Amino acid sequence: MCGIAGIFLKDHSLEPKLGALLAGMLTPLSDRGPDSAGFAVYGEPAANHVKLTLRAPQGYDFERLLRAVGPTAVPPEVYDTHVVITIPDERQAAIVAQIDTMPDVSIVGQGTRMTMFKEVGRPEQVAKRFGLDRMSGTHAIGHTRMATESAVTTNGAHPFTTGPDQCLVHNGSLSNHNAVRRELQRNGLKFQTDNDSEVAAGFLTWKMGEGASLAQAMEASLGALDGFYTFVIGTESGFGVLRDPIACKPAVMAETERWVAFGTEYRALVDLPGIDSARVWEPEPAKVYFWERH
Amino acid sequence: MPTIDLTNTTLRELNGALHKLSHESNETLWRVLNPRGLHSVAAGIDAPIQVEIEGHVGYYCAGMNQRAYVVVRGNAGQGVAENMMSGHVHVQGDASQAAGASGCGGLLVIDGNASARCGISMKGIDIVVKGSVGHLSAFMAQAGNLVVLGDAGEALGDSIYEAHLYVRGSVKGLGADCIEKPLKEHHKAELQKLLSAAGVNGSVDIGEFRRYGSARKLYHFHIDNVGSY
Repeated sequence: MCGIAGIFLKDHSLEPKLGALLAGMLTPLSDRGPDSAGFAVYGEPAANHVKLTLRAPQGYDFERLLRAVGPTAVPPEVYDTHVVITIPDERQAAIVAQIDTMPDVSIVGQGTRMTMFKEVGRPEQVAKRFGLDRMSGTHAIGHTRMATESAVTTNGAHPFTTGPDQCLVHNGSLSNHNAVRRELQRNGLKFQTDNDSEVAAGFLTWKMGEGASLAQAMEASLGALDGFYTFVIGTESGFGVLRDPIACKPAVMAETERWVAFGTEYRALVDLPGIDSARVWEPEPAKVYFWERH
Repeated sequence: MPTIDLTNTTLRELNGALHKLSHESNETLWRVLNPRGLHSVAAGIDAPIQVEIEGHVGYYCAGMNQRAYVVVRGNAGQGVAENMMSGHVHVQGDASQAAGASGCGGLLVIDGNASARCGISMKGIDIVVKGSVGHLSAFMAQAGNLVVLGDAGEALGDSIYEAHLYVRGSVKGLGADCIEKPLKEHHKAELQKLLSAAGVNGSVDIGEFRRYGSARKLYHFHIDNVGSY
Protein backbone atom coordinates (compact mmCIF):
# COMPACT_ATOMS: atom_id res chain seq x y z
CA MET A 1 0.00 0.00 0.00
CA CYS A 2 1.32 3.49 0.91
CA GLY A 3 0.11 6.66 -0.70
CA ILE A 4 1.90 9.44 -2.53
CA ALA A 5 0.73 12.93 -3.31
CA GLY A 6 2.65 15.57 -5.19
CA ILE A 7 1.80 18.95 -6.61
CA PHE A 8 3.79 21.35 -8.76
CA LEU A 9 2.30 24.80 -9.33
CA LYS A 10 2.50 26.60 -12.64
CA ASP A 11 0.25 29.48 -11.53
CA HIS A 12 2.10 31.61 -8.93
CA SER A 13 -1.17 32.92 -7.51
CA LEU A 14 -1.78 29.45 -6.03
CA GLU A 15 1.50 29.46 -4.07
CA PRO A 16 0.00 30.66 -0.77
CA LYS A 17 -2.38 27.68 -0.96
CA LEU A 18 0.24 25.02 -1.71
CA GLY A 19 0.19 23.47 1.77
CA ALA A 20 -3.60 23.47 1.95
CA LEU A 21 -3.77 21.71 -1.43
CA LEU A 22 -1.27 19.05 -0.33
CA ALA A 23 -3.07 18.54 3.01
CA GLY A 24 -6.29 17.91 1.09
CA MET A 25 -4.50 15.34 -1.05
CA LEU A 26 -2.91 13.44 1.86
CA THR A 27 -6.11 12.98 3.88
CA PRO A 28 -7.86 10.57 1.46
CA LEU A 29 -4.59 8.61 1.24
CA SER A 30 -4.65 7.91 4.99
CA ASP A 31 -6.40 4.59 4.25
CA ARG A 32 -3.39 3.52 2.21
CA GLY A 33 -0.84 4.56 4.80
CA PRO A 34 -2.05 5.07 8.37
CA ASP A 35 1.31 4.50 10.11
CA SER A 36 3.19 7.70 9.44
CA ALA A 37 3.29 10.66 7.11
CA GLY A 38 5.72 13.22 5.87
CA PHE A 39 6.03 15.96 3.34
CA ALA A 40 8.55 18.30 1.76
CA VAL A 41 7.60 21.85 0.85
CA TYR A 42 9.66 24.02 -1.49
CA GLY A 43 9.21 27.63 -0.35
CA GLU A 44 10.86 31.04 -0.70
CA PRO A 45 14.67 30.99 -0.55
CA ALA A 46 16.72 33.61 1.31
CA ALA A 47 19.82 34.73 -0.62
CA ASN A 48 23.06 33.11 0.58
CA HIS A 49 21.18 31.22 3.26
CA VAL A 50 20.31 27.58 3.77
CA LYS A 51 17.29 26.16 5.58
CA LEU A 52 17.79 23.34 8.06
CA THR A 53 14.76 21.42 9.27
CA LEU A 54 15.57 19.91 12.68
CA ARG A 55 13.60 17.39 14.65
CA ALA A 56 13.67 16.67 18.39
CA PRO A 57 11.49 14.60 20.74
CA GLN A 58 8.11 15.93 21.90
CA GLY A 59 8.56 18.61 24.57
CA TYR A 60 12.18 19.37 23.65
CA ASP A 61 13.38 22.81 24.66
CA PHE A 62 14.03 24.39 21.26
CA GLU A 63 14.94 27.71 22.96
CA ARG A 64 18.09 26.11 24.29
CA LEU A 65 18.96 24.79 20.83
CA LEU A 66 18.31 28.16 19.22
CA ARG A 67 20.47 29.94 21.78
CA ALA A 68 23.28 27.56 20.89
CA VAL A 69 22.83 28.34 17.17
CA GLY A 70 22.90 32.07 17.88
CA PRO A 71 20.94 34.91 16.27
CA THR A 72 19.83 34.54 12.63
CA ALA A 73 18.53 37.16 10.21
CA VAL A 74 15.45 35.07 9.46
CA PRO A 75 13.65 34.07 12.68
CA PRO A 76 13.41 30.33 13.37
CA GLU A 77 10.00 28.72 12.93
CA VAL A 78 8.88 26.01 15.33
CA TYR A 79 6.41 23.41 14.03
CA ASP A 80 5.50 20.93 16.78
CA THR A 81 8.51 18.59 17.01
CA HIS A 82 10.37 20.33 14.17
CA VAL A 83 12.09 23.68 13.83
CA VAL A 84 13.26 25.36 10.63
CA ILE A 85 16.34 27.56 10.97
CA THR A 86 17.60 29.72 8.13
CA ILE A 87 21.34 30.28 8.45
CA PRO A 88 24.03 31.96 6.32
CA ASP A 89 25.85 29.57 3.99
CA GLU A 90 29.22 30.32 5.60
CA ARG A 91 27.99 29.19 9.04
CA GLN A 92 26.34 25.98 7.78
CA ALA A 93 29.27 23.64 8.40
CA ALA A 94 29.86 24.91 11.95
CA ILE A 95 26.17 24.76 12.89
CA VAL A 96 25.71 21.28 11.41
CA ALA A 97 28.76 20.10 13.38
CA GLN A 98 27.27 21.61 16.55
CA ILE A 99 23.89 19.95 15.95
CA ASP A 100 25.63 16.62 15.41
CA THR A 101 26.80 16.83 19.02
CA MET A 102 23.21 17.11 20.28
CA PRO A 103 22.00 13.52 20.75
CA ASP A 104 18.26 14.37 20.71
CA VAL A 105 18.33 16.53 17.60
CA SER A 106 18.46 15.28 14.03
CA ILE A 107 18.60 17.10 10.74
CA VAL A 108 15.52 16.09 8.73
CA GLY A 109 16.34 18.05 5.61
CA GLN A 110 18.41 20.88 4.27
CA GLY A 111 18.42 23.08 1.23
CA THR A 112 17.88 26.57 -0.05
CA ARG A 113 14.14 26.05 -0.49
CA MET A 114 13.16 22.64 0.92
CA THR A 115 11.70 22.16 4.38
CA MET A 116 10.69 18.68 5.48
CA PHE A 117 8.41 17.31 8.17
CA LYS A 118 7.62 13.73 9.18
CA GLU A 119 6.05 11.98 12.11
CA VAL A 120 4.41 8.74 13.16
CA GLY A 121 0.59 8.91 13.19
CA ARG A 122 -2.46 9.26 10.96
CA PRO A 123 -1.56 11.50 8.02
CA GLU A 124 -4.36 14.01 8.56
CA GLN A 125 -3.21 14.43 12.18
CA VAL A 126 0.43 14.74 11.17
CA ALA A 127 -0.50 17.43 8.63
CA LYS A 128 -2.49 19.28 11.31
CA ARG A 129 0.31 19.11 13.90
CA PHE A 130 2.69 20.79 11.49
CA GLY A 131 0.13 23.29 10.16
CA LEU A 132 0.69 22.11 6.59
CA ASP A 133 -2.41 23.97 5.41
CA ARG A 134 -0.69 27.31 6.21
CA MET A 135 2.52 26.59 4.27
CA SER A 136 3.24 28.18 0.91
CA GLY A 137 5.62 27.37 -1.91
CA THR A 138 6.00 26.26 -5.50
CA HIS A 139 5.89 22.47 -5.19
CA ALA A 140 5.45 19.87 -2.51
CA ILE A 141 5.39 16.12 -2.15
CA GLY A 142 4.00 13.97 0.60
CA HIS A 143 3.68 10.35 1.61
CA THR A 144 1.41 8.22 3.77
CA ARG A 145 3.16 5.06 4.92
CA MET A 146 1.96 1.54 5.59
CA ALA A 147 5.17 0.04 6.92
CA THR A 148 6.19 -3.24 5.34
CA GLU A 149 9.93 -3.22 4.85
CA SER A 150 11.17 -1.60 8.09
CA ALA A 151 9.73 -0.45 11.42
CA VAL A 152 7.15 2.27 12.08
CA THR A 153 9.48 5.03 13.22
CA THR A 154 9.84 8.68 12.37
CA ASN A 155 13.13 7.89 10.64
CA GLY A 156 11.31 5.31 8.52
CA ALA A 157 8.73 7.88 7.43
CA HIS A 158 9.08 9.37 3.97
CA PRO A 159 10.22 11.58 2.29
CA PHE A 160 13.86 10.59 2.31
CA THR A 161 16.55 13.09 1.58
CA THR A 162 20.19 12.45 0.93
CA GLY A 163 21.22 15.74 -0.62
CA PRO A 164 20.39 19.43 -0.40
CA ASP A 165 16.91 20.26 -1.71
CA GLN A 166 16.47 16.64 -2.87
CA CYS A 167 13.82 14.32 -1.61
CA LEU A 168 12.07 11.16 -2.67
CA VAL A 169 8.89 9.34 -1.72
CA HIS A 170 8.37 5.72 -2.66
CA ASN A 171 5.49 3.31 -2.95
CA GLY A 172 6.71 -0.26 -3.32
CA SER A 173 9.70 -2.25 -2.16
CA LEU A 174 13.17 -2.68 -3.58
CA SER A 175 14.86 -6.06 -3.65
CA ASN A 176 18.49 -5.09 -4.28
CA HIS A 177 18.75 -2.14 -1.88
CA ASN A 178 21.43 -3.71 0.34
CA ALA A 179 23.77 -4.24 -2.59
CA VAL A 180 23.13 -0.73 -3.96
CA ARG A 181 23.59 0.78 -0.46
CA ARG A 182 27.01 -0.87 -0.09
CA GLU A 183 28.03 0.41 -3.52
CA LEU A 184 26.90 3.94 -2.67
CA GLN A 185 28.64 3.80 0.74
CA ARG A 186 31.85 2.94 -1.08
CA ASN A 187 31.26 6.12 -3.06
CA GLY A 188 31.03 8.13 0.15
CA LEU A 189 27.26 8.39 0.70
CA LYS A 190 25.92 8.18 4.24
CA PHE A 191 22.61 6.61 5.18
CA GLN A 192 20.55 7.15 8.31
CA THR A 193 18.32 4.06 8.13
CA ASP A 194 18.14 0.50 6.77
CA ASN A 195 15.22 1.56 4.62
CA ASP A 196 15.09 0.62 0.92
CA SER A 197 13.62 3.96 -0.13
CA GLU A 198 16.52 5.89 1.34
CA VAL A 199 18.78 3.90 -0.99
CA ALA A 200 16.73 5.05 -3.99
CA ALA A 201 17.07 8.65 -2.80
CA GLY A 202 20.80 8.10 -2.33
CA PHE A 203 21.19 6.65 -5.80
CA LEU A 204 19.59 9.72 -7.38
CA THR A 205 21.70 12.06 -5.23
CA TRP A 206 24.85 10.22 -6.26
CA LYS A 207 23.90 10.31 -9.95
CA MET A 208 23.11 14.01 -9.84
CA GLY A 209 26.34 14.59 -7.94
CA GLU A 210 28.12 12.95 -10.88
CA GLY A 211 26.58 15.58 -13.13
CA ALA A 212 23.37 13.89 -14.28
CA SER A 213 20.15 15.89 -14.60
CA LEU A 214 17.14 14.74 -12.60
CA ALA A 215 15.75 13.10 -15.74
CA GLN A 216 19.06 11.31 -16.45
CA ALA A 217 19.34 10.14 -12.84
CA MET A 218 15.81 8.75 -12.98
CA GLU A 219 16.56 7.03 -16.26
CA ALA A 220 19.65 5.41 -14.69
CA SER A 221 17.67 4.15 -11.70
CA LEU A 222 15.57 2.01 -14.07
CA GLY A 223 18.65 -0.13 -14.66
CA ALA A 224 20.15 0.03 -11.17
CA LEU A 225 17.15 -0.52 -8.91
CA ASP A 226 15.30 -3.82 -8.84
CA GLY A 227 11.87 -4.21 -7.33
CA PHE A 228 8.53 -2.48 -7.26
CA TYR A 229 8.38 1.24 -7.16
CA THR A 230 6.56 4.38 -7.94
CA PHE A 231 8.81 7.33 -7.07
CA VAL A 232 7.95 10.98 -6.83
CA ILE A 233 11.07 13.11 -6.56
CA GLY A 234 11.52 16.74 -5.61
CA THR A 235 14.49 18.97 -6.37
CA GLU A 236 15.09 22.68 -5.85
CA SER A 237 13.45 23.49 -9.16
CA GLY A 238 11.54 20.40 -10.19
CA PHE A 239 9.32 17.46 -9.64
CA GLY A 240 9.62 14.02 -11.24
CA VAL A 241 7.66 10.77 -11.45
CA LEU A 242 8.89 7.28 -12.30
CA ARG A 243 7.17 3.86 -12.21
CA ASP A 244 8.93 0.52 -12.47
CA PRO A 245 8.73 -1.31 -15.83
CA ILE A 246 5.91 -3.61 -14.73
CA ALA A 247 3.97 -0.78 -13.12
CA CYS A 248 3.23 -2.73 -10.01
CA LYS A 249 2.00 0.22 -7.98
CA PRO A 250 -0.92 2.45 -8.89
CA ALA A 251 -0.48 6.02 -10.08
CA VAL A 252 -2.67 8.79 -11.46
CA MET A 253 -1.63 12.16 -12.79
CA ALA A 254 -3.61 15.25 -13.60
CA GLU A 255 -2.66 18.52 -15.25
CA THR A 256 -4.28 21.87 -15.86
CA GLU A 257 -2.79 25.20 -16.93
CA ARG A 258 -2.35 26.03 -13.23
CA TRP A 259 -0.76 22.85 -11.81
CA VAL A 260 0.46 19.28 -12.31
CA ALA A 261 -0.41 16.74 -9.65
CA PHE A 262 0.36 13.14 -8.79
CA GLY A 263 -1.75 10.85 -6.64
CA THR A 264 -1.53 7.15 -5.89
CA GLU A 265 -5.26 7.18 -6.41
CA TYR A 266 -7.59 9.63 -8.10
CA ARG A 267 -9.25 10.19 -4.72
CA ALA A 268 -6.23 12.27 -3.73
CA LEU A 269 -6.87 14.74 -6.55
CA VAL A 270 -10.60 15.36 -6.29
CA ASP A 271 -10.43 18.67 -4.41
CA LEU A 272 -7.82 20.36 -6.60
CA PRO A 273 -9.09 23.54 -8.29
CA GLY A 274 -10.38 22.81 -11.79
CA ILE A 275 -10.01 19.04 -11.48
CA ASP A 276 -13.24 18.48 -13.42
CA SER A 277 -11.66 19.87 -16.57
CA ALA A 278 -8.12 18.56 -15.89
CA ARG A 279 -6.39 16.05 -18.14
CA VAL A 280 -6.26 12.90 -16.04
CA TRP A 281 -4.05 9.99 -17.06
CA GLU A 282 -2.07 7.03 -15.79
CA PRO A 283 1.69 7.54 -16.15
CA GLU A 284 3.29 4.86 -18.30
CA PRO A 285 5.68 2.31 -16.84
CA ALA A 286 9.42 2.98 -17.11
CA LYS A 287 8.81 6.46 -18.49
CA VAL A 288 10.43 9.46 -16.85
CA TYR A 289 8.10 12.39 -16.25
CA PHE A 290 9.39 15.67 -14.85
CA TRP A 291 8.49 19.30 -14.65
CA GLU A 292 10.86 22.18 -13.87
CA ARG A 293 10.31 25.76 -12.81
CA HIS A 294 11.39 28.31 -15.39
CA MET B 1 -35.31 7.94 -11.71
CA PRO B 2 -33.28 7.66 -8.50
CA THR B 3 -30.34 10.08 -8.42
CA ILE B 4 -27.71 9.36 -5.81
CA ASP B 5 -25.17 12.02 -4.90
CA LEU B 6 -22.18 10.35 -3.28
CA THR B 7 -21.25 13.55 -1.46
CA ASN B 8 -24.29 13.09 0.79
CA THR B 9 -24.99 9.35 0.49
CA THR B 10 -22.53 6.67 1.51
CA LEU B 11 -21.23 4.17 -1.01
CA ARG B 12 -22.60 1.41 1.19
CA GLU B 13 -26.10 2.91 0.98
CA LEU B 14 -25.87 3.17 -2.81
CA ASN B 15 -24.63 -0.37 -3.32
CA GLY B 16 -27.09 -1.69 -0.72
CA ALA B 17 -30.00 -0.10 -2.62
CA LEU B 18 -28.74 -1.52 -5.93
CA HIS B 19 -28.33 -5.00 -4.43
CA LYS B 20 -31.90 -5.00 -3.10
CA LEU B 21 -33.43 -4.47 -6.54
CA SER B 22 -35.44 -7.41 -7.81
CA HIS B 23 -35.32 -8.51 -11.42
CA GLU B 24 -38.77 -6.97 -11.95
CA SER B 25 -37.94 -3.60 -10.40
CA ASN B 26 -39.37 -0.57 -12.16
CA GLU B 27 -36.47 1.56 -10.96
CA THR B 28 -34.46 0.78 -14.05
CA LEU B 29 -32.46 4.00 -14.49
CA TRP B 30 -30.11 5.22 -11.76
CA ARG B 31 -27.81 8.22 -11.84
CA VAL B 32 -24.79 8.45 -9.57
CA LEU B 33 -23.22 11.87 -9.03
CA ASN B 34 -19.81 12.81 -7.59
CA PRO B 35 -18.14 9.39 -7.43
CA ARG B 36 -14.85 11.24 -6.65
CA GLY B 37 -12.67 8.21 -7.30
CA LEU B 38 -14.43 5.98 -4.76
CA HIS B 39 -13.85 2.26 -5.01
CA SER B 40 -16.44 -0.43 -5.76
CA VAL B 41 -19.09 1.94 -7.11
CA ALA B 42 -22.04 -0.11 -8.45
CA ALA B 43 -20.28 -3.40 -7.74
CA GLY B 44 -22.27 -6.59 -7.32
CA ILE B 45 -25.49 -5.62 -9.14
CA ASP B 46 -27.77 -8.44 -10.25
CA ALA B 47 -30.68 -6.74 -11.99
CA PRO B 48 -31.44 -5.55 -15.56
CA ILE B 49 -31.04 -1.85 -14.78
CA GLN B 50 -29.03 1.04 -16.17
CA VAL B 51 -26.61 2.94 -13.92
CA GLU B 52 -25.04 6.16 -15.16
CA ILE B 53 -22.02 7.33 -13.17
CA GLU B 54 -21.06 10.95 -13.73
CA GLY B 55 -17.32 11.24 -13.11
CA HIS B 56 -14.12 9.30 -12.45
CA VAL B 57 -14.37 6.14 -10.33
CA GLY B 58 -11.77 4.22 -8.30
CA TYR B 59 -11.11 0.49 -8.18
CA TYR B 60 -13.47 -2.40 -9.02
CA CYS B 61 -16.33 -0.32 -10.43
CA ALA B 62 -19.17 -2.60 -11.62
CA GLY B 63 -17.27 -5.65 -10.42
CA MET B 64 -19.17 -8.96 -10.47
CA ASN B 65 -21.85 -7.29 -12.58
CA GLN B 66 -24.82 -9.34 -13.74
CA ARG B 67 -27.42 -8.05 -16.22
CA ALA B 68 -26.89 -4.34 -15.51
CA TYR B 69 -25.74 -1.72 -18.02
CA VAL B 70 -23.27 0.53 -16.23
CA VAL B 71 -21.90 3.68 -17.89
CA VAL B 72 -18.92 5.57 -16.44
CA ARG B 73 -18.67 9.11 -17.79
CA GLY B 74 -15.04 9.43 -16.83
CA ASN B 75 -12.02 7.23 -16.12
CA ALA B 76 -12.09 4.00 -14.16
CA GLY B 77 -9.43 2.80 -11.73
CA GLN B 78 -8.08 -0.74 -11.45
CA GLY B 79 -10.23 -3.78 -12.07
CA VAL B 80 -13.26 -2.19 -13.69
CA ALA B 81 -15.91 -4.88 -14.37
CA GLU B 82 -13.65 -7.49 -12.78
CA ASN B 83 -15.34 -10.87 -12.63
CA MET B 84 -18.33 -9.61 -14.63
CA MET B 85 -20.85 -12.38 -15.31
CA SER B 86 -23.20 -10.67 -17.78
CA GLY B 87 -24.46 -7.23 -18.74
CA HIS B 88 -22.59 -4.31 -20.26
CA VAL B 89 -20.09 -1.90 -18.77
CA HIS B 90 -19.10 1.17 -20.77
CA VAL B 91 -16.18 3.38 -19.67
CA GLN B 92 -16.18 6.60 -21.64
CA GLY B 93 -12.67 7.59 -20.55
CA ASP B 94 -9.59 5.48 -19.84
CA ALA B 95 -9.39 2.40 -17.64
CA SER B 96 -6.50 1.54 -15.35
CA GLN B 97 -4.92 -1.89 -14.89
CA ALA B 98 -6.70 -5.24 -14.97
CA ALA B 99 -9.85 -4.04 -16.71
CA GLY B 100 -12.31 -6.92 -17.05
CA ALA B 101 -10.05 -9.24 -15.02
CA SER B 102 -11.41 -12.79 -14.69
CA GLY B 103 -14.67 -11.75 -16.37
CA CYS B 104 -16.95 -14.68 -17.19
CA GLY B 105 -19.42 -12.95 -19.51
CA GLY B 106 -20.96 -9.69 -20.67
CA LEU B 107 -19.39 -6.86 -22.63
CA LEU B 108 -16.87 -4.27 -21.42
CA VAL B 109 -16.33 -1.30 -23.72
CA ILE B 110 -13.58 1.25 -23.04
CA ASP B 111 -13.62 4.34 -25.24
CA GLY B 112 -10.10 5.43 -24.26
CA ASN B 113 -7.02 3.39 -23.37
CA ALA B 114 -6.73 0.54 -20.91
CA SER B 115 -3.41 0.17 -19.12
CA ALA B 116 -1.56 -3.01 -18.17
CA ARG B 117 -3.12 -6.45 -17.78
CA CYS B 118 -6.38 -5.69 -19.55
CA GLY B 119 -8.43 -8.90 -19.66
CA ILE B 120 -6.07 -10.82 -17.39
CA SER B 121 -7.44 -14.33 -16.82
CA MET B 122 -10.61 -13.51 -18.79
CA LYS B 123 -13.02 -16.42 -18.81
CA GLY B 124 -15.69 -15.54 -21.34
CA ILE B 125 -16.08 -11.77 -21.17
CA ASP B 126 -15.89 -9.70 -24.37
CA ILE B 127 -13.74 -6.58 -24.11
CA VAL B 128 -13.55 -3.86 -26.76
CA VAL B 129 -10.93 -1.15 -26.21
CA LYS B 130 -11.14 1.73 -28.66
CA GLY B 131 -7.68 3.01 -27.69
CA SER B 132 -4.62 0.94 -26.77
CA VAL B 133 -3.88 -1.61 -24.06
CA GLY B 134 -0.79 -1.89 -21.84
CA HIS B 135 1.61 -4.74 -21.22
CA LEU B 136 0.58 -8.28 -20.31
CA SER B 137 -2.94 -7.85 -21.58
CA ALA B 138 -4.94 -11.10 -21.89
CA PHE B 139 -2.43 -12.84 -19.60
CA MET B 140 -3.64 -16.44 -19.11
CA ALA B 141 -6.84 -15.50 -20.96
CA GLN B 142 -9.07 -18.55 -21.06
CA ALA B 143 -12.16 -17.63 -23.08
CA GLY B 144 -13.92 -14.63 -24.59
CA ASN B 145 -12.68 -11.94 -26.95
CA LEU B 146 -10.36 -8.97 -26.56
CA VAL B 147 -10.63 -6.42 -29.36
CA VAL B 148 -8.15 -3.53 -29.45
CA LEU B 149 -8.55 -0.76 -32.00
CA GLY B 150 -5.20 0.81 -31.07
CA ASP B 151 -1.93 -0.85 -30.08
CA ALA B 152 -1.02 -3.54 -27.57
CA GLY B 153 1.93 -3.40 -25.17
CA GLU B 154 4.55 -6.04 -24.40
CA ALA B 155 3.79 -9.71 -23.79
CA LEU B 156 0.29 -9.76 -25.24
CA GLY B 157 -1.54 -12.99 -24.48
CA ASP B 158 1.20 -14.49 -22.34
CA SER B 159 0.32 -18.10 -21.41
CA ILE B 160 -2.99 -17.72 -23.21
CA TYR B 161 -5.57 -20.53 -23.34
CA GLU B 162 -8.50 -20.17 -25.76
CA ALA B 163 -9.45 -16.48 -25.76
CA HIS B 164 -9.50 -14.69 -29.13
CA LEU B 165 -7.41 -11.54 -29.48
CA TYR B 166 -7.93 -9.00 -32.27
CA VAL B 167 -5.60 -6.00 -32.53
CA ARG B 168 -5.81 -3.34 -35.24
CA GLY B 169 -2.59 -1.46 -34.40
CA SER B 170 0.89 -2.62 -33.55
CA VAL B 171 1.76 -5.25 -30.97
CA LYS B 172 4.94 -4.51 -29.05
CA GLY B 173 5.50 -8.18 -28.32
CA LEU B 174 3.71 -11.48 -27.91
CA GLY B 175 3.89 -13.40 -24.67
CA ALA B 176 4.81 -17.06 -24.22
CA ASP B 177 2.76 -19.40 -26.42
CA CYS B 178 0.84 -16.56 -28.10
CA ILE B 179 1.06 -16.46 -31.88
CA GLU B 180 -0.53 -14.67 -34.80
CA LYS B 181 -3.23 -16.70 -36.51
CA PRO B 182 -5.11 -16.24 -39.77
CA LEU B 183 -8.17 -14.01 -39.71
CA LYS B 184 -10.78 -16.25 -41.32
CA GLU B 185 -14.30 -15.38 -42.42
CA HIS B 186 -15.91 -16.62 -39.23
CA HIS B 187 -13.46 -14.52 -37.20
CA LYS B 188 -14.38 -11.48 -39.26
CA ALA B 189 -18.04 -12.16 -38.53
CA GLU B 190 -17.27 -12.49 -34.82
CA LEU B 191 -15.27 -9.26 -34.89
CA GLN B 192 -18.04 -7.43 -36.77
CA LYS B 193 -20.55 -8.50 -34.15
CA LEU B 194 -18.33 -7.32 -31.31
CA LEU B 195 -17.64 -3.96 -32.96
CA SER B 196 -21.35 -3.42 -33.58
CA ALA B 197 -22.13 -4.25 -29.96
CA ALA B 198 -19.51 -1.68 -28.92
CA GLY B 199 -21.07 0.96 -31.16
CA VAL B 200 -18.27 0.96 -33.74
CA ASN B 201 -20.10 0.70 -37.02
CA GLY B 202 -18.61 1.16 -40.42
CA SER B 203 -15.80 3.46 -39.29
CA VAL B 204 -13.35 0.60 -38.88
CA ASP B 205 -12.10 -1.72 -41.61
CA ILE B 206 -12.28 -5.30 -40.30
CA GLY B 207 -9.42 -6.24 -42.63
CA GLU B 208 -7.00 -4.05 -40.65
CA PHE B 209 -7.17 -6.35 -37.64
CA ARG B 210 -4.78 -9.18 -36.92
CA ARG B 211 -5.73 -12.16 -34.86
CA TYR B 212 -3.66 -13.70 -32.05
CA GLY B 213 -4.26 -16.82 -30.02
CA SER B 214 -2.69 -19.79 -28.34
CA ALA B 215 -0.07 -21.99 -30.01
CA ARG B 216 -1.35 -24.64 -27.57
CA LYS B 217 2.14 -25.82 -26.73
CA LEU B 218 2.23 -24.59 -23.18
CA TYR B 219 -0.99 -25.75 -21.63
CA HIS B 220 -1.19 -29.18 -23.28
CA PHE B 221 0.80 -31.95 -21.70
CA HIS B 222 3.40 -33.27 -24.12
CA ILE B 223 5.21 -36.53 -23.47
CA ASP B 224 8.55 -35.03 -24.58
CA ASN B 225 8.34 -32.62 -21.62
CA VAL B 226 7.84 -35.30 -19.01
CA GLY B 227 11.38 -34.81 -17.69
CA SER B 228 10.58 -31.19 -16.88
CA TYR B 229 8.00 -32.00 -14.22
